[in-house]
Amino acid sequence: MNLGRIGGLLSRHLYLYKRSFARLLEIFYWPFLDLVVWGFITMYLKEAGVSLHGAVAFFLGALILWDVLFRAQQGIAVSFLEEMWARNLMNLFASPLTVGEYLVSTMIMSMLKVIAVGSLMMVFAWVFYSYDMLKIGISLFPFILNLVVSGWIIGVLTTSIIMRFGQQAEVLAWGMVFLFQPISCVFYPLEVLPPILQSIAWMVPPAHIFEGMRTVLVDGAMPVDHILWATGLNLFFLVIIVGWFYHTFNVCKDKGMLVRVGE
Amino acid sequence: MSKPIVEVRNLTKRFDDFTAVDDVSFDIQEGEILGLLGPNGAGKTTTIHMLLGLITPTSGTIHMFGLDLAQHRETILRQVNFSSTYISMPFSLTVEENLKVIARLYSLQNIQKRIDEIIEKLEMGDIQYKLTRKLSSGQMSRLTLAKAIMTEPKVLFLDEPTASLDPDIVNKIKIFLKEYQRTAGLSILYTSHNMREMEEMSNRIIFLQHGHIVAEGTSDQIIQRYGQRDLEEVFLKLARESKEK
Repeated sequence: MNLGRIGGLLSRHLYLYKRSFARLLEIFYWPFLDLVVWGFITMYLKEAGVSLHGAVAFFLGALILWDVLFRAQQGIAVSFLEEMWARNLMNLFASPLTVGEYLVSTMIMSMLKVIAVGSLMMVFAWVFYSYDMLKIGISLFPFILNLVVSGWIIGVLTTSIIMRFGQQAEVLAWGMVFLFQPISCVFYPLEVLPPILQSIAWMVPPAHIFEGMRTVLVDGAMPVDHILWATGLNLFFLVIIVGWFYHTFNVCKDKGMLVRVGE
Repeated sequence: MSKPIVEVRNLTKRFDDFTAVDDVSFDIQEGEILGLLGPNGAGKTTTIHMLLGLITPTSGTIHMFGLDLAQHRETILRQVNFSSTYISMPFSLTVEENLKVIARLYSLQNIQKRIDEIIEKLEMGDIQYKLTRKLSSGQMSRLTLAKAIMTEPKVLFLDEPTASLDPDIVNKIKIFLKEYQRTAGLSILYTSHNMREMEEMSNRIIFLQHGHIVAEGTSDQIIQRYGQRDLEEVFLKLARESKEK
């Protein structure tokens, strides 16, 4: 791993944000809008007297954590799309940059996005709805870390599909993560799912995180079992998906698709 | 001319049932400009992509600086670069930002100094801080050439570097390349559809057709072998024969 090359690729993406209003919107505007809509929904539920313990904490906490997952995934997939749109993949992969360095660089980019979006949403939630996300306590750190890794896994999967199938698959950069939303149990407890989906959901790391978050909010206890399950599953899927990405990269090189992707 | 710096042996690339490059072998000597000539679809660009590690060969070997590309990709690519009229660079970055990114990817030292030098050499001072999307095609060609030269490669692959450019820019690029190649002593693999340019630039030429090497030698040797007046006539003869087949 060459840190200079990783930094080089990272700087290429940071230059983009320096002068792109549309890309800044992605970090500031959309998360803010999400928060406003869900904030009003929770206020409505509260005023309507819907009996739901800690409704604000449930929905706003879940929304902020969901955005962590979403932005982490986008950080990976959209970075690849940027290279594809700019027809820059040849410049990158004809250089000494390795596939591993490429992945690490996009992972750091996704982490930077998560820090920007997450911090902003926490501040907005505190200012507009008096919701203090930090009240989740020490568990918040492993929650966020696990969701970032889950986002990387979905992002790398999305990227490998786009690399293999080209522009026709680029919509997945925004849509893929939503395939996992129903079984991630973001806004509802896992037991509301039909039994078959419950079994699948237990294999999905974010489901453990969102269940864990609800445990903290209801009991105040640190959900060690959920954190351990999420961490173990994430490590397992990360190894599998990175291996899959290398395989797809080699298939694309073999089929000559790396030089044609984006055409 | 001394030892071969690039050694290609029995290089073949098949895409399903289509053979793009078929059992091609050649060397590039240190300080040599080798021209790769052939009609569209002859396998020139696929050959260059394999030499850059962007396409995996079906069979055959590529050695550069005595090392196998399949096993020493990073070491080799640090000393190699390429330019083509058909490649692009990120449009939302300025010329200087793009060069900085490339410099970091190739682990260059004194980046700003290198950039300033290449900007001066290629007379790009007026576009240094310009967004890449605002460049004309001639300026874009200079940028892709700058990114290739800046890394001080020992081997340079130029895939139609002057295609669709006006004669004045073509002339400037050719003069620069010749001078730079002479002083830096680098080896170049050059493809072009412009026969006169090919004769001017290359020490030796390989003629590819349907992925095969059909002729190899200096331009005079090839012209003589085919009994034509110039390289363009040889090209037309071979290209038409190829269509008839």
